Amino acid sequence: MKNTVLFGTVAAASLAAGLASAGTLDDVKAKGELACGVSTGLVGFAAPDANGNWEGFDVSVCRAVAAAVLGDANAVKFVPTTGKTRFTALASGEVDMLARNTTWTFSRDVDLKFTFVGVNYYDGQGFMVPKELGVSSAKELDGATVCIQTGTTTELNLADFFRSNGMSYEPVPIETNAEAQQQFLSGACDVFTTDASGLAATRATFENADDYVLLPEIISKEPLGPLVRQGDEQWGDIVRWTLNALISAEELGITSANIEEMSAGTNNPEINRILGTEGDLGGMFGLDKEWAKRAIAANGNYGEIFEKNIGENTAIGLARGLNAQWKQGGLIYSPPFR
Amino acid sequence: MAMADQEAKQSFRLSMLIYDSRYRAMTIQVVALILFIIGAGWLVNNAAQNLAALGKPLSFGFLSQPAGYDINQRLIEYTSQSTHGRAAIVGLLNTLLVATVGCILATILGVTIGVLRLSKNWLVARLMTVYIETFRNVPVLLWIVFTMAIFIEVFPAPREFKGADPSATMKLWDSVALTNRGVFIPKPVFESGSGIVGIVFLLSLVGIWFFRRWARAKQEATGVILPTFWISLGIFFIPAIATQIILGNPISLEYPVLKGFNFKGGLHLRNSFLSLTAALVIYTSAFIAEAVRSGIMAISKGQTEAAAALGLRYNRIMSLVILPQAMRVIIPPLISQYLNLTKNSSLAIAVGYMDITGTLMGITLNQTGREMETVLLTMLIYLTISLIISTAMNVYNNSIALKER
Repeated sequence: MKNTVLFGTVAAASLAAGLASAGTLDDVKAKGELACGVSTGLVGFAAPDANGNWEGFDVSVCRAVAAAVLGDANAVKFVPTTGKTRFTALASGEVDMLARNTTWTFSRDVDLKFTFVGVNYYDGQGFMVPKELGVSSAKELDGATVCIQTGTTTELNLADFFRSNGMSYEPVPIETNAEAQQQFLSGACDVFTTDASGLAATRATFENADDYVLLPEIISKEPLGPLVRQGDEQWGDIVRWTLNALISAEELGITSANIEEMSAGTNNPEINRILGTEGDLGGMFGLDKEWAKRAIAANGNYGEIFEKNIGENTAIGLARGLNAQWKQGGLIYSPPFR
Repeated sequence: MAMADQEAKQSFRLSMLIYDSRYRAMTIQVVALILFIIGAGWLVNNAAQNLAALGKPLSFGFLSQPAGYDINQRLIEYTSQSTHGRAAIVGLLNTLLVATVGCILATILGVTIGVLRLSKNWLVARLMTVYIETFRNVPVLLWIVFTMAIFIEVFPAPREFKGADPSATMKLWDSVALTNRGVFIPKPVFESGSGIVGIVFLLSLVGIWFFRRWARAKQEATGVILPTFWISLGIFFIPAIATQIILGNPISLEYPVLKGFNFKGGLHLRNSFLSLTAALVIYTSAFIAEAVRSGIMAISKGQTEAAAALGLRYNRIMSLVILPQAMRVIIPPLISQYLNLTKNSSLAIAVGYMDITGTLMGITLNQTGREMETVLLTMLIYLTISLIISTAMNVYNNSIALKER
């Protein structure tokens, strides 16, 4: 023992490299592309087309932000995320923003430390059943087997709905929308439940879409919107006001067709401020004057994006409903550009 | 002695830590240990700081919050109002269920196939080779998804059992329903008096043990071999069944009945459980079969020939001479196959089986956003399960190891 040199436990040195907290904006500019988390494939909202180009309602938000920040609507790296992986992907910095049918809830905003920048689709949870089941109301679903996408608000809403109505059910948890379709179409579950918009989008891809119906009950409020990590206000503002620019553009009549004409200058000062011919709003958060013009030019305004991807003339066929502009009796409303 | 020590101490110089071969090994180990501790400390500290920067310090308080979600297969009482901690236990039990059933079935299947692969029958041996090479050379995740697809696509939906002229019917005298939601089998219902049947059954188990001991003693004394298997089988069934009949069927069966959307009553073996178990069993059994084959081939051929020369038949040579010796070679790789099967069961989410990965590291993680805590906890749980399996198997291994006298 005498010859043994005794060593005490070495206290861990605090060599920790702090989280690289340069602004997300600088990171994105340095990378030259925007990493945007989208769903793994939901036609109309985010899905690759035959050539592998991502398109859809949520994808358009990513492209608008990329156009505003980088000047190129195609400078986006789309990262498909499942309901389970999306928050980890955003929190860890793997993606810069998430535009993926994500419901704005208290705990996600506060406890998970995210910032929801707005709502781009007001949705609610619905049920889809095969017509031959002869069910006309969700209240008749006692004892049904229900397919749900795991890791979403829907499984909590579902538990609450069945409990408050004193009904029993058998949950079948499923990872992705594609697996849910397989199980639902083969009759392994009676009911498929998710956001009503997602149900409509899924139904549109069915071979016999008419054999399936959406039940009238909407059992929850699901305001879907893009979100970013909490703590980088500048980046949050950029994504928030890019979305607002798309919404205001529809309200003010700026479309992808007339944007060049309007950016020469108009009589409406708000249009001028958005398009950068008056004042310098973009400079206030580190972008140039024409950021919003590029964002709108990328895919058109909010209404154009809606009609092109999920509107009534598409296979998905969603009515504007709650998602109409506030002047048309909907909830889509942007704060003023001033 | 004390003098010598003192001299050594006096002549010790610091440079000896490097240049003296007596101390050098120790020096290197100590330096490596310090570096390791600093490295680990840096990682832990970094993680803690980053979590603090995110405003999410390590906390396990979420385990006592209500979970809010439902789980389909639960071995203990659980509702959506139960806590996340209880949901984790439900998941853990599901993991243990699939691991236990999987290990037992994989062993039976693996040993059978391993022995058959050594068969002198060309066709049987080749078939087993094909089985082994097919199942162990495709990733287990694909087998899991594949078996699930078979269950969903091949078996009829419950609504096909409906109507006056249904396209699907229940099997085995209307007692078993094979559907694409799983298999519904009759469930035993225990009424008053079933305790007596249980006691009789336990007594007959004790009886079998005594009978076998007596039979062995008789064989050693006189050489007469009794048909122990058939007599044991008789003791196993007859007294319990007789009591059951005398007492007027205290243990009855509840049959599954189609009601509304689905079958009600009976025992519901969900297709997620069945496909996961089946895939894990066929995959792991291929590896076990190889371990068994290597174990048998490790036994010198002289043992078989010597046993044959004594007049033993093939089955007896296998069970009395070869397999007991082969076990010593088989058990160590078998331990790692059990561990693999248990860990592979974490792929359960692919078919929506709610194991510990699906509850604690799946829905709970997602609803609470506690990535670090849930992942650490899940790792700890798998580590504990694996160490327990490993310890138990090592104890068994030591009990059958070659005992040198």
